[in-house]
Amino acid sequence: MEYDCIVIGGGPAGLAAAIEAKDNGADKTCIIERDRELGGILNQCIHNGFGLHEFKEELTGPEYAYRFIEEVLKRDIDVYLNTMVMDISKDKEVVALGDRGLMNFKAKSIVLAMGCRERTAGAIGVKGFRPSGVYNAGMAQRLINMEGYLVGKEVVIYGSGDIGLIMARRMTLEGAKVKAVVEIMPHSSGLNRNIHQCLNDFDIPLLLSHKVAEIHGKNRVEGVTIAEVDNKFNEIEGTREYISCDTLLLSVGLIPENELSQKAEVSLDPRTKGAFVDSNMQTEIPGIFSCGNVLHVHDIVDFVTRESRIAGKNAARFARGELNNKKYVDVYPGDKLIYVLPQKIALDDENGALICFRSRKIYRNPIVKIYTEDKVLKEKKYKIIVPSEMIQIPLKNDVIKNINGSIRVDIEGEEND
Amino acid sequence: MIRDITCIACPVGCEMRVEDTENGYLITGYTCARGKEYALQEITDPRRILTSTIAVEGGILPVLPVKTDKGIPKDMIFKCMEEINKIKVKAPISSGDIVLENVLNTGANVVATRNIPSRK
Repeated sequence: MEYDCIVIGGGPAGLAAAIEAKDNGADKTCIIERDRELGGILNQCIHNGFGLHEFKEELTGPEYAYRFIEEVLKRDIDVYLNTMVMDISKDKEVVALGDRGLMNFKAKSIVLAMGCRERTAGAIGVKGFRPSGVYNAGMAQRLINMEGYLVGKEVVIYGSGDIGLIMARRMTLEGAKVKAVVEIMPHSSGLNRNIHQCLNDFDIPLLLSHKVAEIHGKNRVEGVTIAEVDNKFNEIEGTREYISCDTLLLSVGLIPENELSQKAEVSLDPRTKGAFVDSNMQTEIPGIFSCGNVLHVHDIVDFVTRESRIAGKNAARFARGELNNKKYVDVYPGDKLIYVLPQKIALDDENGALICFRSRKIYRNPIVKIYTEDKVLKEKKYKIIVPSEMIQIPLKNDVIKNINGSIRVDIEGEEND
Repeated sequence: MIRDITCIACPVGCEMRVEDTENGYLITGYTCARGKEYALQEITDPRRILTSTIAVEGGILPVLPVKTDKGIPKDMIFKCMEEINKIKVKAPISSGDIVLENVLNTGANVVATRNIPSRK
């Protein structure tokens, strides 16, 4: 089967990309999704708080997803469900396995929108057996919210990422006792408002600078031993404490799922664990684009939508033979940033760039400055910048079109814990 | 009386302060009108949108996600959960269907937040 644009993944990134590709002239566009329905992770995120940027109202995850699913259904976009992409080549051939058997596709452009997966117990090296009752928070969320199973009654949550915080509230509402949220960092990695409405509202303690040192129980979790850590994450002697529980939820980070990207020889940035992309979201393989959580882990779905529209639009331009940028400059993160995206900007493109980054530390009243050599191209003041919140700053083409040197993005301001 | 409040109106999560003065509540630290409104609400009558799931029969999924269509008093969250847990519906269900009207006289309806087609 031949397509102008194939979108791999039918979550929020894939949905936005497919709609935008179709609307920009990729007449034959399809979405390939391995799950039984479109919507991705949003279907299990039944809480509200999505869509304030996009729709100026607060929606639940399924509602946010459905706004886009409806748009896909209105258009003539082919959707392959229960279909797993097995292979992609850099020549944009796609092999997929689904309920119709093995399928071979050929595309003019591809959008990678496979999302991310959760880091597991193995990745954080906790001592103990492998008893039942240890779940990734997102897995538990799916079991409760979509399959109708309550995974435990006495719960400890390790990691204070947003999914962990949301699950603390969710399990409490369903009658479980959440005894503590344990976070190894001195600050939470979740949003402030989630600490307030998911933990404080229900008097759930958040133990910062603490780790789960051991999981007890052989067949079923019986408890965990927690301990305080110093600023180098080493256990402080004499601080061990036992908490009995039947369930441990892990909310310890997400990893972009890039196995398919690598099959297509797309090179990855070790900082984001996603592809290197230019300002059109094009990877280093011409005609292959990347967006959403497979590119870098987001905290707000509205930002995924915004980024994925850029990918979809440019995938359509590429399919029509209208994406021919030649003049690029590199973009570097300053010392105070963990990473910055895109890694390069096409200067000869009227669309400019959407700069995204995360900070290393907390900064109060900082100024973000975008430089080329010593000249400031754009600056923006913030009240606060924290590592748990990605910042997006649009950069218009007229600001950058005449520059020669590379671009650096950094924060000016005092660190503050 | 002084109370510090974290705004939950959007992901920014501004830290606000509400001071009870002779001239009414003095609110500082907000960065938008929604935040100021939330702070006043939180100090006088704290409310939350409640989201959960209810049992559904004959659908492609065993549970249906629901929400209250407006905030309910914070201290009624668990009482409302008890009511929500009693509801059972039959597929098909459309997003926006009211599954429980005016839960415990809060003025809020419990509504479906997704479609659940019937199982074939």
